[in-house]
Amino acid sequence: MNVTTQGLPAQAIQAKALAPAERALSMIGGDLTEKSLRLHLEGLAGVDAVGLEQRAAALGTRSIKTTSKAWALDTIIELIDLTTLEGADTPGKVRSLVAKAVNPDPSDATTPRVAAVCVYGDMVPHAVSALGGAWSGGTDSGINVAAVATAFPSGRASLAVKIADTSEAVASGADEIDMVIDRGAFLSGNFGLVFDQIVAVKEACRRSDGSFAHLKVILETGELNTYDNVRRASWLAILAGGDFIKTSTGKVSPAATLPVTLLMLEVVRDWHRLTGERIGVKPAGGIRTSKDAIKYLVTVAETVGEEWLTPHLFRFGASSLLNDVLLQRQKMTTGRYSGPDYVTMD
Amino acid sequence: MTRLAVPKTYKLYIGGKFPRSESGRTYEVATKDGVFLANAALASRKDARDAVVAARSAFAGWSSATGYNRGQVLYRIAELLEGRRDQFVDELIASEGLTKATATTQVDTAIDAWVWYAGWADKYVQVAGNANAVSGPYFNLSTPEPTGVVAIIAPQSGNSLLGLASVIAPAILTGNTVVVVASEAAPLAAVSLSEVLATSDVPGGVVNILTGSPAEIAPWLAGHADVNAIDLAGAGLLDWVDLQVVAADTLKRVLAPEDGAPPPSLERIVAFTETKTVWHTKSLI
Amino acid sequence: MTELEKPTTSRFLDYAPAPESTSILHLKPSYGLFIDGEFVDGHGESFRTISPATEKTIAEISNADSSDVDVAVAAARSAYTRTWSTLSGADRGKYLFRIARLVQERARELAVAESLDNGKPIKESRDVDIPLVAAWFFYYAGWADKLDYAGLGPNPRSLGVAAQVIPWNFPLLMLAWKVAPALAAGNTVVIKPAETTPLSALIFAEILQQADLPAGVVNIITGAGDTGEALVNHPDVNKVAFTGSTAVGRAIAKSVAGTGKKVTLELGGKAANIVFDDAPIDQAIEGIVNGIFFNQGHVCCAGSRLLVQENIHEEVVDRLKSRLMTLRLGDPLDKNTDIGAINSREQLDRIRELSDIGEKEGADRWTAPCDIPEKGFWFAPTIFDNVSTSSTIAREEVFGPVLSVLTFRTPAEAIAKANNTPYGLSAGIWSDKGSKILAVADGLRAGVIWANTFNRFDPASPFGGFKESGYGREGGRHGLAAYLESAGWASPQEISNTSSSSRKKATS
Repeated sequence: MNVTTQGLPAQAIQAKALAPAERALSMIGGDLTEKSLRLHLEGLAGVDAVGLEQRAAALGTRSIKTTSKAWALDTIIELIDLTTLEGADTPGKVRSLVAKAVNPDPSDATTPRVAAVCVYGDMVPHAVSALGGAWSGGTDSGINVAAVATAFPSGRASLAVKIADTSEAVASGADEIDMVIDRGAFLSGNFGLVFDQIVAVKEACRRSDGSFAHLKVILETGELNTYDNVRRASWLAILAGGDFIKTSTGKVSPAATLPVTLLMLEVVRDWHRLTGERIGVKPAGGIRTSKDAIKYLVTVAETVGEEWLTPHLFRFGASSLLNDVLLQRQKMTTGRYSGPDYVTMD
Repeated sequence: MTRLAVPKTYKLYIGGKFPRSESGRTYEVATKDGVFLANAALASRKDARDAVVAARSAFAGWSSATGYNRGQVLYRIAELLEGRRDQFVDELIASEGLTKATATTQVDTAIDAWVWYAGWADKYVQVAGNANAVSGPYFNLSTPEPTGVVAIIAPQSGNSLLGLASVIAPAILTGNTVVVVASEAAPLAAVSLSEVLATSDVPGGVVNILTGSPAEIAPWLAGHADVNAIDLAGAGLLDWVDLQVVAADTLKRVLAPEDGAPPPSLERIVAFTETKTVWHTKSLI
Repeated sequence: MTELEKPTTSRFLDYAPAPESTSILHLKPSYGLFIDGEFVDGHGESFRTISPATEKTIAEISNADSSDVDVAVAAARSAYTRTWSTLSGADRGKYLFRIARLVQERARELAVAESLDNGKPIKESRDVDIPLVAAWFFYYAGWADKLDYAGLGPNPRSLGVAAQVIPWNFPLLMLAWKVAPALAAGNTVVIKPAETTPLSALIFAEILQQADLPAGVVNIITGAGDTGEALVNHPDVNKVAFTGSTAVGRAIAKSVAGTGKKVTLELGGKAANIVFDDAPIDQAIEGIVNGIFFNQGHVCCAGSRLLVQENIHEEVVDRLKSRLMTLRLGDPLDKNTDIGAINSREQLDRIRELSDIGEKEGADRWTAPCDIPEKGFWFAPTIFDNVSTSSTIAREEVFGPVLSVLTFRTPAEAIAKANNTPYGLSAGIWSDKGSKILAVADGLRAGVIWANTFNRFDPASPFGGFKESGYGREGGRHGLAAYLESAGWASPQEISNTSSSSRKKATS
C-alpha cells in the first residue's frame, strides 16, 4: 500500500495488518488492522470548537502573581527546547544557541538551563560538541539534543529516507527525535500508513545499546485543521508509540495555540486515566511571551496536573520566548522593567 | 300538511365524542321570546376535568403537526361551515333572535375568520419569531410554540357562532388544544359547530366544547394545574378577577374579558404561545 | 482509572493571591433612595449591606416605606408625562447610549462593587455581568427610535410607569435587563434592587446623574420585600416586571389580577442538562460545570439536573469530579476564584437544608474538597448522584452549587424526564448529532435551550420561561415588546365588513 488509498478496494485496505505496536495492541486488541484502527479513532468523542476555545480562554485569564510567577518563569526556562531550524543554520549559529542554552542569563547565575536544544539532524554533532559537559548524553541531568527528522517539515519523502534521517541523527547523539507525520496520508484517511511510519521511526530511534531516543511526534495541527483531526492524530501517535505529541513544526501557521494544546493535554489525560502511562506534550511555534507561556503552564496544571510540569512531560518549542522570560525575571529581581539590550541575542 | 320534525339532542363534545354530561344534568335553551328550543347538557366539573384530559392527550399530536397541515384543517372547517351555512343562519335566528340578514352576516364573518386564521398557521412563526444576532459564534433562533392546553370562556352576549371562531381559531392554529365553555344562553351554535369539527379533519380532543354554566365550570378550569392558559374573553359578567387570582396559582397565561367577539388579531394568536430560543455553537473546525 | 485525589503538595496550582484592588471604589458610608434625580433619605428603618465573604458592613442603606414608594412613583409619573414621553425616540436612544458608555468607563469599579456586595467571583462580574450590562443598554439604545419595527404595528405606545423588582444573583445585570428596554420603549421606571445587593444599583444612580438623564425617569428605591410589594401594588404603575422566586411571582400575579397592569415574570427553574453518549465529552463536562457552578449556582436557569445517558453515567460523573477538584473557592475579589460566597446566610441555610434532605432521601452526596474560609457564607460544589425523579433535590430549586445526577436510556426518555417539572425556563443538550439536537430541542418545554453550550446570555436573545417559570421575555425584540402596547394594526377589513350581499359564491 502506497501513499494513496484511492482506487483500492476498501476491504483490501481495511484488512491490512498494522505494525504490532505494543500500546495499540493492548488498547485495540490483537486484531490490529487498518480497519480496527480506523474504528477506534472514529469512535473517539467529538470536539466542540466553541467550547474548547472558551475553556482555553478561561484558563488564559488566570492571574499568576509574585511567588507563583517567579516559579513559573523558572519553570518555563527549564521546559524550553531552544530551537534553531533555519536553512541558514551553521555550526557557529548552533554553538551560539548552545551557549545561550547553557547560560541563558550571564548576569544571573541562578537562572536555570533549558531542557534541550533543537536543531536539524546534520547539526547534531555540532550541538553535542558545543554542549560538552553540559550534554545530558542520555542521562537525566544536563541538556538534551533534539533533532528534527523524517524530512522535516513537510515529511514528503519515502519511508526509507525518513528512517535514514532518524537513525543518522540518533547515531550522532540526538537524545530526542522530533518527527513529522504524513499529513497528506492522515487527511486522506490513510491512518494505517501514518501509524506504520511512526512505528518504523520509533524503531529507528533505537540506539546500539537497545535504549531509545525519545520520540516526539509532530502532528502539524495547522494542517490537520479540525479539532476532531487533532484528537484522532494525537491518539494515533500515542498508540503507535510516541513519547511526546507535539503541535507544530513552526513552519506552518497557525502553529501552537492554546486550544490545540489544551485538546492534546486532554488526550494525554485520558490516556493516563486508561493506562496509567504519562505522555508528554510539546506546543511549538508562536509562543513568544512569558505571559503566553504562563497560560500554557496553567493549562497543563489544571488539565493533567502539576506533575506534568517537568521536562519529561512538557516542553515549549521556542526561540524568542527565552529572552522575554529573562526580561521578566530581571524585572522580578530588580523591581524595574528591563530592555532587550540587557539579554543576549541567542 | 306539515312534516313532524326530528329534533336534535344537544350534547357535549369531548375528545371527539359526544357524551352527555356525566352528571346527567341538562338545562332548557329557549328563544329570546322564551319558546323552548332544546335541552342542552349542563356540564359538570367532572366533564371539565375529562375535557382537560382529552385536550392534554391531543396536544402532542396536534402541536407537532406541520403548520401547513393545521392550516388546511382550519380551512376545512370554513369549508364545512360554508356547506351548512343555512343551518347556522336558522339556528342564530332562533337562538339569538336575529334577522336573517344579521344572522347571515355573523355566519359569513365567522367563516371568513376561520379562513383568515387558517392562513396564519404556517406564518405566525416567521412573524413572531426571530433569528438573533448574538455576539458570539452561535446560531440563535427564537420561535413561538403553543402554550399547551387553553381553557376558553367563549363570548356570552350574542355572536354565539362568530364568538367561537374568534377565540378557538387563534388558539388552535398554533397547536394549542382547547376546552371551550360555550355561550350559556345560546349554546346551539356551539353544539352544531362541534358536529362540524367532528366531521372535519380536526383530531378528537383538539377542541372540546362544554355547554352549561360558565360561572360553575370556569373556576375549575382556572384552578386546574394541567391547564396552561385561560382566555376570559366571555367572562366579563363573571367574577373574573377571582378567576385570574386562581389561575395565578399555576402561573397561567390569562387574557382579560372583551366586549363581544374579539376581532381577528395576531396578538390573540401570539398570546398563547411561548417563545423558545435555541442556541447552538458554530464552528468550521 | 486513577484515584480521585487532590495533589497534596503544590508549588504552582495554589496560585499566590491575586486580589483585585478595591481602591477603585469610592463608597459612601451611607446611601439614600434615588428619587427624582436626587439621593434622599428613606422613611423606613435603614439597613446594612454586608459582604457575604467577610460578613463586614459595606454601607448603610435607606429603606423605602410606602410613602417613599408613593413619592418615587409620583416622580416617575411626572417624568413620564412631562419629559420622557415627549422626547423623540432618537433622544431617548442617545441617553441610553450615554449610559452604556458610562458603564463601560466605570466597568472595573462596578465589577468590584458587585463582587464585594454579592460575593460572586470578580472574574464573573468583570467578564460577564458588567460587559453584559453595557451591551444591554447599547442594544436597547438602538431600539428607541425604531419602535415601529417591534412587531406591534405602527406607532406602538409606551405603557407609562414600570415597577420593577429584581433579585440578588445578578444585581446590576438584572437592573439593565429591566431598565434598558423600559426606557427605550418610552416608559419611566421605579426599580427596587434586592435587599442584600443594593450597592451596584446605587453606583448606577450616580451614572444616571453623570448621563444627565432627566430627573424621575429612573428612580431606585431600596428596601426589603414589603417595599417591593408596595411598589408592584401601587395603583399608578402600568407595568410590573419581576425576576425572582416562583412563590413571589405567584403572589404578584395574584395581586395584580384585574388591574390591567402588564406583567413580565422571570421565575424559578430546574433545568435539565442532557448529555448524550455522542456528546463532545470534554466540552460537555465544562458545560455541566458552567451550568451549575457559575455564580455559585445562584442562577434561575442553572442546569441543576444533569440527565446523562446511562451508558456513560459513570464516566461522566468521574470526569466531573476530577474537574471539580480544580475549582478554587474563596475570596470573590481574587482573580483566580471560581466559586465565590453564597449571597446570604438565609440562602446558605436553604442550600444546606435541601442538601441534607437529598442525603436523607438516599442520593449519593459528594463534595469537592475545598478549604472553607472561617468567616462568610460558603458552600462547596456538591454532586448528588443516583438521584431519583421523585427526590426533593430533583424537583425543588436549590439555587446553589448543588447538582443532581439522573440517568436516561433513550432520547424520548430524556425529553420526558426533562419536562417532568412545573418549571420550564431552560435546558441543555449535548450531542454531536444535529438532527437529534434539533428534535430534542423541539420536544423540550423550556424557553431557552442551549445546545453544546450553557448559560449564554445576550441582549439580542429573548430569555424567559414556559409554565411556572413565568411569562414574558426579556432580551431581543420580544423584550422590547413587553414594554409596549399595540396601537392596532390595519384591521382585516374583509372580515369585519363582510356582508352577505357582497359575498360571491364560488362557481362550482
